[in-house]
Amino acid sequence: MDLTVTIGGMKFKNPLWAASGTFGCGKEFVDFLDLSEVGAIVAKTVTLNPREGNSTPRVVETPSGMLNSIGLENKGVEHFAAEVLPEMKRYGTRVIASISGFSRQEFVECARVLSGKSTPDAIEINLSCPNVRHGHTKCLLMAQDPKATKEVIRAVKKRAKAPIIAKLTPNVTDIAEIARAAKDAGADAISLVNTYFGMAIDPLTMRPLLGNVVGGLSGPAIRPMAVKAVWEVYKKVKVAIIGIGGIMNGLDVAEFMIAGANAVQIGTTNLVEPGAMTRILREYKEYLKKMKISSARNIVGRLKTGG
Amino acid sequence: MGKKTDEICDVASNKKIAEDHFILEITAPKIAKNAVPGQFVSVQVREERATDPLIRIPLGIYRIKGKKLSLLYKVVGRGTRMLSEKKKGKKVRVLGPLGNGFMTGAPGGKEKAVVVAGGHGVAPLVSLTEKLIKDGKRVVFLIGARTKKHVVCDAELRKAGARVCVSTEDGTRGKKGYVTELLKEYLKTTESKEKKAQGVTIYACGPKPMLEEVSRIAKERKMKAQVSLDAYMVCGIGACLGCAVKTTTGYKMVCKDGPVFGSEEIVWKER
Ligand SMILES: Cc1cc2nc3c(=O)[nH]c(=O)nc-3n(C[C@H](O)[C@H](O)[C@H](O)COP(=O)(O)OP(=O)(O)OC[C@H]3O[C@@H](n4cnc5c(N)ncnc54)[C@H](O)[C@@H]3O)c2cc1C
Ligand SMILES: Cc1cc2nc3c(=O)[nH]c(=O)nc-3n(C[C@H](O)[C@H](O)[C@H](O)COP(=O)(O)O)c2cc1C
Ligand code: FES
Repeated sequence: MDLTVTIGGMKFKNPLWAASGTFGCGKEFVDFLDLSEVGAIVAKTVTLNPREGNSTPRVVETPSGMLNSIGLENKGVEHFAAEVLPEMKRYGTRVIASISGFSRQEFVECARVLSGKSTPDAIEINLSCPNVRHGHTKCLLMAQDPKATKEVIRAVKKRAKAPIIAKLTPNVTDIAEIARAAKDAGADAISLVNTYFGMAIDPLTMRPLLGNVVGGLSGPAIRPMAVKAVWEVYKKVKVAIIGIGGIMNGLDVAEFMIAGANAVQIGTTNLVEPGAMTRILREYKEYLKKMKISSARNIVGRLKTGG
Repeated sequence: MGKKTDEICDVASNKKIAEDHFILEITAPKIAKNAVPGQFVSVQVREERATDPLIRIPLGIYRIKGKKLSLLYKVVGRGTRMLSEKKKGKKVRVLGPLGNGFMTGAPGGKEKAVVVAGGHGVAPLVSLTEKLIKDGKRVVFLIGARTKKHVVCDAELRKAGARVCVSTEDGTRGKKGYVTELLKEYLKTTESKEKKAQGVTIYACGPKPMLEEVSRIAKERKMKAQVSLDAYMVCGIGACLGCAVKTTTGYKMVCKDGPVFGSEEIVWKER
């Protein structure tokens, strides 16, 4: 069975990747699975300068999901490139760095640092960050604004040596419009989706359950919405898609692939079952075998609609 | 640090021991082999294919006996209620051992330890107490509970050789009020008698306000205190950065850097 996928000219041994922010830098999981079996590890998002993160509580459970407001706590891109990346590159799988920033310059600076001695196999651009420069457009996040998205992707593409993946927020009216902007600016692939805005309140104290009041919803609760986002983009934009959102088993992987994803990322599930990626990969292989599909690529976008 | 395992365990027993309090005994050979007092595990209460409740429950290790692990827990919400309904013969997925235990110093010496437990905070302190006594230390164990019906473990702690004092919030047993009042009272008598409260180490586990007060009391008297913190957790292994606690050197993760911290490290009021 051929599970390999090629994205941005880069070959991956399988289409099951670990999502940013949910897999640490890989080493937290060595007791539970063989990291070389994972298709790729997307590292926690880093920014140009270190960030302390948000006040607590930062996580709370919701029906079949969770809200988080970690606030991009990280030690900065320099620390990542010097201390974390070289270690991750020894795990025998692809390593994708994830970067974010508060201006185009910050993104470019991150890409520059990641083009030094130790380089990642690809760079995921986390555009779900405050849209400072285009604040007047009422777009809270960069990835809600096609113009800001285009500017950032174009600038990073020029600087980066590795393929680049634009990770988009689903909190928009027309996700295909943003995906097209990212593709036109040179993104090699689009990751769909980051978390959905949400909040939860304790009715007895009338207080928000997150220190930051609002947060991002993830887990199986968002899967139907994420699958739809993938399908929307698949229909309208010719670009490689990485599907993300609430995947817990092999059939969930298939669902995203049928909707048009070339690969998927597993997020929240890693946090509640640290060995899950091995199980999900096994289940996905069993599914392909049962369906007599010999290459994982042949399932992409095979949604049957109509009679 | 010992290897962690996500182990599918048989429920050996799950018994009610007092109002709202249960002891779950599971067969967990891999976790039991690597665990030390003060560490914790993370228990999945949903069925294997279910999606709700998604997040696991962190519980301190109460006892390690050969291949068996016991957890002492209080039913406070949906997850712990579902856990209390798991009968003998069922399976549960348990992740551990997690975090770092208490630091007990070198065995021997005549040092004294005051152990302060609030509510279900008793759980991880019982095996700690047994270890301290085995190491030749003298232990005074202060239990704080809501009512006399909520007092647990007092008999076994006495049997192990600890001096046990109880306080209840409603005064139905022991001194009426919070356990921190009991601590202050106790320290006053030792101070006058021995004039060396400084040589006494405090170990505490319980709700955050209690730990904050314990830490204030320790600071005032220049004593050392180790506190085991409770935080909302998801992964339990330092991957999500969800269980942050503010310390004098920035945010740390309760699951990985704790749950036991030196009380002077913690910034109790975040803002
Ligand atoms: C390191 C550690 C060790 C613990 N050891 C014990 C123990 O030995 N015995 C014991 O009875 N309890 C222990 N607790 C507390 C226990 O984890 C919570 O009581 C339990 O998770 C509540 O789940 P629930 O679904 O029943 O409650 P919910 O209905 O979800 O909530 C009730 C209360 O529990 C808190 N809570 C809910 N989920 C979590 C979570 N994932 N992490 C932390 N707090 C949560 C909520 O903030 C709320 O105040 C420990 C907690 C930690 C962090
Ligand atoms: C605790 C937590 C932290 C996250 N941190 C990041 C991050 O740093 N960068 C990022 O691009 N996405 C981050 N995400 C989003 C996930 O990568 C993923 O897009 C999202 O959770 C949806 O997938 P899931 O339902 O499988 O978790 C985080 C999610 C969670 C739950
Ligand atoms: S619970 Fe995930 S870092 Fe502590």
